[in-house]
Amino acid sequence: MNQVLGDKRAILILLGPALLMYSVIMVIPVVWSFGFALFRGNLIEGFTFVGLANFARLIQDEQVGSAVRFTLLYTVVISTGQILLGYSLALLYTFVLRRSSSLIRTLVFFPVVLPSVAVGLLFSRLFAVAPNTGPVESLLTLFGVAPFDFFAGAGTAFWVIVVMDLWRSMGFYGVLLFSGLVDIPGEILEAARIDGARGWRLIRSVVLPLSLPILVSSIIFSLNASLKVFDTIVALTNGGPGSQTTPITLLMFQTSFFYSSFGYGSSMAILISVMCLTVTAFIFKYSRRDLTVAEAA
Amino acid sequence: MKHAVRRSSSNTSRHLIIGLTAVSLIVGACAPAPAAPAPTTAPAASQASSASIKYTGTDPDKFSALLTTENTQVPAELQRLASTSCASENAALPLAIQQTPGAQIQQQIQLLASQNSLPVMFNPTQALIVKDGALQKAGYILDIKQALGDQGVSDQMLPGAQAVIDQLYPGVSPTIPFQYNIEGIFYNKKMFKEQGIEVPQTWDQLVASANKLKSAGIQPFTAGGKSGWPVSRWIGAYIFRSLGGDAMAAVANKTAKLTDPGYVAGAQAIQDLGKAGLFPVGVASEDLPTAYNDLVTGKAAMEYQGTWLLSNINDPKQNTVGLDQVGLMQIPVVSGGKGDSGAWPTNVGSPHAINAKLYGPKVGAWLKCIALNYADSLMTNQTAYSGFKASHPPVLAAPTPGTAPPPVPPLTTDVANYMASAKSSVLWFEALSPSAKFTADAGANSLLLLNGSMTPLEYMTALQNDLDNPS
Repeated sequence: MNQVLGDKRAILILLGPALLMYSVIMVIPVVWSFGFALFRGNLIEGFTFVGLANFARLIQDEQVGSAVRFTLLYTVVISTGQILLGYSLALLYTFVLRRSSSLIRTLVFFPVVLPSVAVGLLFSRLFAVAPNTGPVESLLTLFGVAPFDFFAGAGTAFWVIVVMDLWRSMGFYGVLLFSGLVDIPGEILEAARIDGARGWRLIRSVVLPLSLPILVSSIIFSLNASLKVFDTIVALTNGGPGSQTTPITLLMFQTSFFYSSFGYGSSMAILISVMCLTVTAFIFKYSRRDLTVAEAA
Repeated sequence: MKHAVRRSSSNTSRHLIIGLTAVSLIVGACAPAPAAPAPTTAPAASQASSASIKYTGTDPDKFSALLTTENTQVPAELQRLASTSCASENAALPLAIQQTPGAQIQQQIQLLASQNSLPVMFNPTQALIVKDGALQKAGYILDIKQALGDQGVSDQMLPGAQAVIDQLYPGVSPTIPFQYNIEGIFYNKKMFKEQGIEVPQTWDQLVASANKLKSAGIQPFTAGGKSGWPVSRWIGAYIFRSLGGDAMAAVANKTAKLTDPGYVAGAQAIQDLGKAGLFPVGVASEDLPTAYNDLVTGKAAMEYQGTWLLSNINDPKQNTVGLDQVGLMQIPVVSGGKGDSGAWPTNVGSPHAINAKLYGPKVGAWLKCIALNYADSLMTNQTAYSGFKASHPPVLAAPTPGTAPPPVPPLTTDVANYMASAKSSVLWFEALSPSAKFTADAGANSLLLLNGSMTPLEYMTALQNDLDNPS
């Protein structure tokens, strides 16, 4: 092995194709995108260098501010829901259902394999009041609630999005966290039980610390996916009513491809990247804390 | 210091730029075909000699057209012409229509323009083809008025349609007027009669009539709110009646702002309609076909629309309230307003441009054939009006060959009379905006205005912001 890894040609042959592919589809476009953020123009007339003007506009643009606020609110609510529901499902699979959890796991996981757009359309029909009244609206009418349009108000539309995305993704986080819980050695759990740990005490003092690595990974997955949410919202509300459920990703897409402002859209893409990197770095920093050192101090 | 990136780079580098732009942004974050009228020929006196015609490009091998998927009327008629009146033009230059969703077509048009691959005909946004528009400056847009004149058929263009084009595109004539519509409030005559309502002449009467209908358990207004513009058109209608026909032109040339009290009052008037519950509960989720259906099946009494709706209204399969039971009224006057009560909001349909770089003799022959035959074909088969001259009186297609054609529906005749007697015309709320974002926000935010989530001032401030910060 040392001989192979000591040979520069072998390293080049092994890493070269992957590095080349990564550079072509990841590094160059990101650098290019940053470059575009310094220009204004269109594909027909060409582009003009405007320096940091797009970033200055980004800071002052109320619609960007609104989209960022929506994205952050969505991220906090969805990630909290995904991790809590996912962890609860994982505990259910591990400690309650145990070996008979396969069927439930499959059923709960099923929405994950559905296309996001199909899920969006499904929920738009479920909560519709027009052109046809959906089941939820019909049910509310049965209980004497006056008909109203879930998608006409920012608040109600937001909670429909939350319900949809949690239903769609909780199975994934359930399985992901379940894989961490099954790796906890049975002997440790048994020892804890003998020591009198039960219920919440067992989870807090034994299960949670031992599943922390997979929990941190899940949080990073969840936060990054939530910050970059796009397809389900497009399919369900298309950012409406008005632009009140428009995340920054959708605003970037509209700005670039509907309004043909590639430079300004690129500056939004950079903003999204910075948001994702910041959150990831923050979590890494606090999850890599050496607990032993902290306790000793 | 600004540095211009010149467009003289090769196509290869442009392709690379386009591809990388897209990738980087993603990574970084018929009706049955009845017989069409016989081909019409231009009067001999107006025939231009081919030698005098100035062709701006070279004919391609197809009469290619890139149109929106939502555009059903024009492709259907072009295909009909290709097999009837324009068969010889089609034999020389076969028609090839490609359709793509409206939400994506502008991106595709810009991409094709950057590659010098635009088709013969396409649906650009207005902003691209105004005098200072990117496609105009790049020399892609044929001046239709000039071309029709060169072809000796300039008299085929209706003066009213040309006047609308002149208002929309000062200094140029970049679009073929495949439609010629007036806009107003379609209403159910039977419901009005049953409730003892006269056609409202003032805005206050309109609101009172709507409230009376609501009290009788009838849905007063319907609108395809999902598309946005069916609601924002109401705002423009009020503003044109209260501030005058040049109200939006004043905003476009920056002598007025949308945040001025008169414009905010327009938004307030529409919000008042929403707050009074005069629109359906699910107006924000209603699509255009649902709204049409509400009107022609008697589920709602009124709908602001354009006369492109005639083909739906004149279809007995769709219209169950009766072909003679749907009327069209003008936007009522606003008390004390400056608007001309005889002016109808008028349009010439979505922009249809011809690629000047592909304008050769064969494309010219197609254009001439369209000018001579499109109007009759459209009236015969879809009972709709275009901006070209039609035979008078209109003749509809016979249901089966050899049988007598049906009578012209009463509303179609009424519309022809309204068009003929119109004293003047106005545009529509979004017509003079150079920004696609303005149009999108005007429609989308109008629903927030209607349900009270946005104040009239907030609505107008957002739109003024779009005007002040063009892309």
